[in-house]
Amino acid sequence: MKIKIDTTGLRESKWYEYAVRFAFGGTVTALTGVIARHFGPAIGGLFLAFPAILPATATLIEKHETETKQKAGKMGVASGRRAAGVDAAGAAMGCFGLLVFAVIVWKALPASSLALVLIAATIAWLVTAVSVWIIREKIWRAIARKLHATYRVRSVTRNPQSSAHTRTR
Amino acid sequence: MRGESQVHVKEIVFRVIAGGVFVTAFSIVGDLLKPKSFAGLFGAAPSIALATIALTVIENGKTYASLEARSMILGSIAFCLYAYLVSRLLIRRRLPALATTASLIVVWFTVAFGLWYAVLGRS
Repeated sequence: MKIKIDTTGLRESKWYEYAVRFAFGGTVTALTGVIARHFGPAIGGLFLAFPAILPATATLIEKHETETKQKAGKMGVASGRRAAGVDAAGAAMGCFGLLVFAVIVWKALPASSLALVLIAATIAWLVTAVSVWIIREKIWRAIARKLHATYRVRSVTRNPQSSAHTRTR
Repeated sequence: MRGESQVHVKEIVFRVIAGGVFVTAFSIVGDLLKPKSFAGLFGAAPSIALATIALTVIENGKTYASLEARSMILGSIAFCLYAYLVSRLLIRRRLPALATTASLIVVWFTVAFGLWYAVLGRS
């Protein structure tokens, strides 16, 4: 599957949807600071990996996908929920990158420059997240190909006439 | 006392703006990308961490920020499980997105604090 830039997602989004994300992100970030102040860095640090954006994003994806399908004359609700689920699966893969980001900041920050550590950790996050996504895509496709090939071999040995008929068609 | 509370308010306002900007920026990048599973990677971007770590270092020092990052490892494991369960329920059961993501936040809290207790809580 090819990665591409598509601006239709941006055009579908309304300004208040970004305002909701801004409010979510801002509130969680402020709360993280307040929690760390009251309970210490060990508890406050947990909230640096709080899923602040996922609920808002999943809800908006469900809404947009459902609306798109309904405009095409289809029901669309199930499709919208599936699209939100696929996005969440991507977030689960991105968490491996988040973990690498945290490890780099934990280990490197006390002895290195802040800017350098943040740049290195962000690059490591992106590389890890994209690598996990590519590996998962390749493995998934390889399994799907294998299953498809096995299914075809079985159907040919069980019913050679129908498969020959299918092939000639 | 009054001066201290003014500093807290300033800090909170700064965190709201910085956090909002980073989260919105990553969500815009996610909106621009296809396929959806790839765009989803940006749902787990270190937006809150990028918005707060610099401020934490300025206020409390590098060691304090490093301790926060150590806990962030546990938070990201909880996030991974949370996002996986959300995706399974939405893809397989086709449950409503808002209800699913909101109710499963309990999973994040349970796993994050459970891990914290098991790994760091006793030390």
